[in-house]
Amino acid sequence: MTLNRRKFIAVGAATAASLSAPAVLADGHGKPRVVVIGGGSGGATAARYIAKDSQGAIDVTLVEPSRTYFTCYFSNLYIAGFTDLEDISHTYGTLAAKYGINVVHDWAVDVDRDAKTVSLAGGSVLPYDKLILSPGIDFVEGAVPGWSVAAQNKMPHAYKAGSQSELLKAQVMAMPEGGRFAMVAPPNPFRCPPGPYERISMVAHVLKQTNPTAKILLVDPKESFSKQALFEEGWERHYSGMIERVGPDFGATNVRVDPAAMTVDIDGSVEKVDVCNVIPAQKAGRIADMAGVTDGNWAPVNAADMSSKADPDVHVLGDSAQQGDMPKSGFAANSQAKVCAMAVRGALTGSKVFPAKFTNTCWSLIAADDGVKVGATYEATAEKIAKVDGFISQTGEDAATRKATYEESVGWYAGITADMFN
Amino acid sequence: MIARRLLPIALTAILAAGALRAELAGDAEAGAVLYGQCKGCHEIGKGAEDRIGPHLNGLFGRRAASHEGFAYSASMQRAGVDGLIWGFDTLDAYIENPRALVSKTRMSFRGIKDAQDRADLMAYLRSFSADPANIPEAAPTARGTDHSVDPAILAIQGDPEYGEYLSSECVSCHQADGSSDGIPSITRWPQEDFVVAMHAYKNKLRPHPVMQMMAGRLSNEEIAALAAYFKDLD
Repeated sequence: MTLNRRKFIAVGAATAASLSAPAVLADGHGKPRVVVIGGGSGGATAARYIAKDSQGAIDVTLVEPSRTYFTCYFSNLYIAGFTDLEDISHTYGTLAAKYGINVVHDWAVDVDRDAKTVSLAGGSVLPYDKLILSPGIDFVEGAVPGWSVAAQNKMPHAYKAGSQSELLKAQVMAMPEGGRFAMVAPPNPFRCPPGPYERISMVAHVLKQTNPTAKILLVDPKESFSKQALFEEGWERHYSGMIERVGPDFGATNVRVDPAAMTVDIDGSVEKVDVCNVIPAQKAGRIADMAGVTDGNWAPVNAADMSSKADPDVHVLGDSAQQGDMPKSGFAANSQAKVCAMAVRGALTGSKVFPAKFTNTCWSLIAADDGVKVGATYEATAEKIAKVDGFISQTGEDAATRKATYEESVGWYAGITADMFN
Repeated sequence: MIARRLLPIALTAILAAGALRAELAGDAEAGAVLYGQCKGCHEIGKGAEDRIGPHLNGLFGRRAASHEGFAYSASMQRAGVDGLIWGFDTLDAYIENPRALVSKTRMSFRGIKDAQDRADLMAYLRSFSADPANIPEAAPTARGTDHSVDPAILAIQGDPEYGEYLSSECVSCHQADGSSDGIPSITRWPQEDFVVAMHAYKNKLRPHPVMQMMAGRLSNEEIAALAAYFKDLD
């Protein structure tokens, strides 16, 4: 419990004050300063929109350790060979050159909310007027007994894209004939709810072509999962007999792994496997915890502007935020970032603030040209981001519809990455 | 859902009395005269073949752009893939203003504004659909929903600044520079076409679940604001 009563009361007072007037910068420094930590769908979008729309009136610094960013979305398609790794990689040069964002490739290692500074691993200290945290996810230690980051080379998570995606793909391609791929799926809530099941589909797609007698074991602690009817219909149609799902009723909530022996122990039943993709339980990126804005595993935020419930000058976006009804997705982070960027500009420069609107759509690929989607719109209420309306692909849709859905997802990828990086 | 419960009875009536169905939805004889505007491009009846446009036999209940052998526009193909089925409502909207329903249709026809004329024309077209039981949503008493956009709505002057903010939702998918890779470009459209198209989604005449959802929550002013913003976007 990071949010204690004393902090909570202080926040209440500060929030009331900040609503009454645009911030006047007390210490008399020049332009207002925004520091964004994390250059993914939330952070890159927020930095870009604040810099673009304030037209030089706000100093924006983006702190992101990676010089090349790999999107998690479409990384499953890379594993299946539908896209190259270069196609899902992005760099930050345009954000610096076109929008004047100060892009710092370093790790943020501490946040002092009283002094309003961020410390970097390289030793620099960045002052801020508004801090935006969009650090994505980290894994809950000990969530899958036997697995740790030290074992991720034997049993990749591939849930932060890049080298882990390459590793998992290489392991799938190197499986012995008739071998077995296992996935330990995470409990709720986690990044990209359909992601593990799209990955199962994409691994099945590869194996059907290269290793058709191979089997897939999905160990899932959840009773149900996103787009379940669509995935299960697709698995039966495309990969009949290949995929076995073990749910909580058969012990999937009591799983341990042994990376040295390459075994998965499901409630006492030990299975030997050739590849083991462990996706552990997740929590907010660690810097959110260090900044003291988490409550349990996630950082609670106010829906209207994505500000932390612990500090009105800190905003939390995307996977790390505990916001209500939106899934943890790149689309959601991008949507939240625009609401946040507008609110931050409004607070720092007095620009017009319109009511918050949020959207999400998640596309998943089941097989070649067999795409499905789920989406919803959301609004800010006093309690949370609340769902307004939604839709989902239907089972039994014809091939032309599914192909169009896949093509639409490719279009969306081009759109959202342009909205973050171009 | 009274209308739906009545449907089987109504269909029985259609099957029993061929002449009756035309009278209820419109006057097929008057429609035959109106069809004169169409026949330069579309043949209909026994032995009809594709010409500039596809022949129109068996049109009701058919998916848009699904007639084999005719080279449809990309826009019409997209509409078909998105689930546009020719029935009373959709055809009524298309005949009224083709581009409101299918943005870049190659059918260069200004449309028929008079609802009774459209009903008459459809009654004529329907008489060339082989099996009335295949006509979805076409109970004899059905009338198209009101898809024409109120001139007062078209007259709203949108606020481009507000449109710019709202546009941030659009550009998660539609690229701001006008590129289209799998998702259409929405920049530099004439404002009226933009507004009409968005209202067609809002009223669920244009099929597409994402766009129906997005347009469904936009007010008339917000649609006008978006049209004003995207009109001039380079």
